[in-house]
Amino acid sequence: MATKGKEKIVTVLFWLSALIIIAILLGIIGYIVVKGISVISWDFITQPPSRAGKEGGISTTIISTIYLTLVSLLLAVPLGVGAALYLEEYGRKNTRFGYVLKLTAETLAGIPSIVYGLFGFVFFVIFLNMGWSILSGGLTLAIMILPTITRTAQEAIIAVPQEYRSNSFALGATKWYTIKRLILPAAAPGIVTGIILSAGRAVGESAAVILTAGSSLGMPLSVTDPARTMAVHLYMLAMEGISMERAFGTALVIIVLIIFINYLANLSLRKVARQ
Amino acid sequence: MKKNKISEALVEILLRISAGASVLAIIIITIFIFYKGIPLILKVGIVDFLFNLDWSPTRGSFGIGAMVIGSLAVTLASLVWSVPLGIMTAILMAEIAPHKISGILSRFVELLAGIPSVVYGFFGLIVIVPFIRNHLGGVGLSVLAGAIVLGIMILPTIINISRDAIAAVPEEYKVNSLALGATHYQSIGKVILPAAKSGIITAIVLGLGRAIGETMAVLMVTGNSTAVPDSLLAPVRTMTSNIVLEMGYAAGDHQTALFATGTILFIFIVILNLAVNISMKAGMEDGN
Repeated sequence: MATKGKEKIVTVLFWLSALIIIAILLGIIGYIVVKGISVISWDFITQPPSRAGKEGGISTTIISTIYLTLVSLLLAVPLGVGAALYLEEYGRKNTRFGYVLKLTAETLAGIPSIVYGLFGFVFFVIFLNMGWSILSGGLTLAIMILPTITRTAQEAIIAVPQEYRSNSFALGATKWYTIKRLILPAAAPGIVTGIILSAGRAVGESAAVILTAGSSLGMPLSVTDPARTMAVHLYMLAMEGISMERAFGTALVIIVLIIFINYLANLSLRKVARQ
Repeated sequence: MKKNKISEALVEILLRISAGASVLAIIIITIFIFYKGIPLILKVGIVDFLFNLDWSPTRGSFGIGAMVIGSLAVTLASLVWSVPLGIMTAILMAEIAPHKISGILSRFVELLAGIPSVVYGFFGLIVIVPFIRNHLGGVGLSVLAGAIVLGIMILPTIINISRDAIAAVPEEYKVNSLALGATHYQSIGKVILPAAKSGIITAIVLGLGRAIGETMAVLMVTGNSTAVPDSLLAPVRTMTSNIVLEMGYAAGDHQTALFATGTILFIFIVILNLAVNISMKAGMEDGN
């Protein structure tokens, strides 16, 4: 009987730990929504910042965030999906090259963003003379998100039934034709989920971006222009005490974007589950 | 037909190159991080660099000892609360909660992982720091504030990896234990957790790695004093914060010292990751 009572207490503790985590998450999101909502207006989204962000909106930082994210995806998606195709469709299984690649991907995934920032700064900004720019930041972010894209694409490709390949080869199709027409379409939802999650990481990154894309508030017109993303802008507004009100607004826009990205990733995950 | 063969071969080469890109990336990263950092470490001496508590870069004293202590203090304090909370939640999700509720919990955990570190830092600065200042004392910007924010941020890593490890314990273990008359919780404590031990340790180690490398959130809530903290309520500066704070204006040896700090972090994280990978591989070969 005593064990039963004890087990009840333990059950309560387990559920309590989950409740604490939910409360933390909802507390953070709720607080930022409540404090930030009054700052949000059409002008806040569409007007450029003025007086270092004390006044005006955050339009240039929204554009910079999207620009930087797209450049990094443009580089990382073909490389990541290409690597996954090579590993799963061309490489022989369990080779040393395959193991080295797996170890590389896991190591890349564990490197802190600040180290990526330092590398991007010394390699892209200084050594390749690209300066603080969308290009330097995009290349740095591309390396950061490459492991995620490769891994999710690999998982999606593995999940494509083996008959697709054998039937297609039996009909005389070449390997690349089979990949293009059968395997990639079947693996697409899984690959897309990885891309969306990576976009979320690129949107939220700050330590690596501040060292490689800079923190200029201007509107970036070309990839060689420096830029300040929303995440970096939030950091500047809060740390330099420029405007807490606008910091709340910026944080809210970031959170809404992240929740939306998460929602999209889940939609495409559900598509995977249905297949 | 011949044209077809050539394009097939070309595609294979292109795909092989993309596969090699990540290897190339890690080689270039290693070369540049070492090339920028190692000379200063050799000049100052590794022991002096790591353990000297005096960081006065403008006067030529490059000791990151206080920052090493700072990083360790904040990281360990964050693990103290997030590890038990994370593992409890992982057990709940894998063994106790109904499937549907586990699914909902995972969505929350994913979202927790998706929130950017600056947002956590901002929340910490606006809510946690004033709370500590008003109720516990000190300036609020402190080891404790850093530990709270960091702990939240590494919860997803701890939960996801331990949950997978617990869920991977073979069904027979549980069935046999229950058949022998153990209660559900006895079999969790005596059978399932010991079987999932190496996965749970991996979760903690990777969480530790994430915590030590985290930058912006910690930087925003810890006050960044270069003195060695004497209590949980004292301000502190971590290795990562130091890099971001001073990179903007550092030049010469000062800048190189910041790169050297990055080199140390890089070596530490790579060793941590390789150790986890190799022990997991060994574990798999043992049949665990």
